[in-house]
Amino acid sequence: MNSNLKTLFWLFALLIFFAMGCQRSKADITVAGSTSIEPFAELLAEDYMLHRPGSHIYVQGGGSTAGIQAVRTGAAHIGMSSRHLISKEQDLYSVIIAQDAIAIIVHPNNPVQDLTLEQVKEIYSGKIRNWKEVGGNERPIILVTREEGSGTREAFQKMVMGKEEIALEALVQDSNGAIRQVVTGDPYAIGYISLGIVNERVRALKISGVEPALENIQTGRYQLVRPFLFVMREEPSGEAKAFLDFVMSPAAQRLLSTEGLIPMVSISSGG
Amino acid sequence: MRVELKEKFIEKILLLIAFSSISILALIAFFIFGEGLPLIWKIGPKSFLLGQRWVPSQGSFGILPMIVGSFWVTFGALLLGIPLGLACSVFLSEWTPPWAGMILRSGIQVLAGIPSVIYGFWGLIVLVPLVRNFLGGPGLSILSGSLILSIMILPTIISISEDSIKALPPSYKAGALALGATHWETIWRVLIPAARSGIVASIILGMGRALGETMAMIMILGNAVKMPSSFLDSARTLTTNIGIEMGYAIGDHRQALFATGVVLFLIIMLLNALALVLSRRRTA
Repeated sequence: MNSNLKTLFWLFALLIFFAMGCQRSKADITVAGSTSIEPFAELLAEDYMLHRPGSHIYVQGGGSTAGIQAVRTGAAHIGMSSRHLISKEQDLYSVIIAQDAIAIIVHPNNPVQDLTLEQVKEIYSGKIRNWKEVGGNERPIILVTREEGSGTREAFQKMVMGKEEIALEALVQDSNGAIRQVVTGDPYAIGYISLGIVNERVRALKISGVEPALENIQTGRYQLVRPFLFVMREEPSGEAKAFLDFVMSPAAQRLLSTEGLIPMVSISSGG
Repeated sequence: MRVELKEKFIEKILLLIAFSSISILALIAFFIFGEGLPLIWKIGPKSFLLGQRWVPSQGSFGILPMIVGSFWVTFGALLLGIPLGLACSVFLSEWTPPWAGMILRSGIQVLAGIPSVIYGFWGLIVLVPLVRNFLGGPGLSILSGSLILSIMILPTIISISEDSIKALPPSYKAGALALGATHWETIWRVLIPAARSGIVASIILGMGRALGETMAMIMILGNAVKMPSSFLDSARTLTTNIGIEMGYAIGDHRQALFATGVVLFLIIMLLNALALVLSRRRTA
């Protein structure tokens, strides 16, 4: 009995010891928010930590709004938002770290290559229901959209749909990756995702003949573009500033551009 | 004296721990109702429960399509799960040779232990394309969801039904056989009716499990907010509505998700109470 109690005591002591070990040091930065930015932020964090041993950047998802909320409550140092701040959030400090194009994607076997914005709008509002009407096979169109409140959906609603509503029968998926997964599996599905997430298993459509490619985005010919923001409670200092400076450095911006984003600063200079 | 004191002390500690787990339930309930009820009052219980439009960005919060979706999926799962589960529990309690019983029981335990995200992923990759190619529609559908759920509720149905059949007094079976009934007649006419309340309780608990499942359903159902009209339609359940939209919800939208939780909470409470009453009746 006595030895049992002793073991219990030591186990408990060990637990407390580990719990204390878990306490984060001051140099740690938590980044949370938009699931569209999350994979890019993870890449940046990895690169940053490689150059600065001892510092830790924790990247979490949760969504743009949740990220901004987390910054407000202090649960995260930096929030990621894939939409502009609304008027209630204007008191926060924000930096556009890159721009992202939204690609309209279909299955690679779908013969449709090119749609006008008007056609995309009519497809998503449920007026065009068959691929035949836009030059494809005679099959019903399976719409895939993001959930209410998503930054990508908001951007799509504003840039493509305008006042029209996305049809209720649209399938709803809660991330870029999930939409890509559905379109990968369904030859007659259409979805919209961040251009950086497009891979060879789906095809990004041309919009009125314009390919969603870097030069078209920079010259403004491809218009489905939205900002990626880092949001902070106030102008950053210390470790948060160091990370932000790194993100805006040519090296990091070049990394973002190879991942399919549009950099905010010139990346042609060395560094 | 010292030993007695120690006993008392341990007893009190255990009491405290037991109550703290209940108090967490109370806290959760308090929080969900506190967040959700104001919105239900604000837009009216009737238009919340019977409204067919869910467009939070425009302030429409009607959850009828999700209530209906939840029950379609659950009904489909029970339709497939009850015959399978009952057959399995009868086989396990009446016919199985010991070696087969061991394999079956551990298999069922593994089934219960598989994380729901694995079920969802398997369903998405294997089942959904099958449904789409052979039956049409988007494949992400109530049918796919029900198929996956029916497997997920099997362990609940099987283990509780088997226990209730095994708990019957041996004299029931002996008496029936002595009267000249065959083994099958004994099972069908005597054992299953006698264990009925336990079996019904197992089905209700399985139903609760099906209603509560979230992750796998988010991946398989397609989550469209529309009144389903066939088993091949996409649907959204109460749980997936919360799961899929909570990341981005603020203000009324966030409260509406809690209000969805209130409805879910009440439905699950009702089912659990029903299961409790039905399983009590057996022992009384």
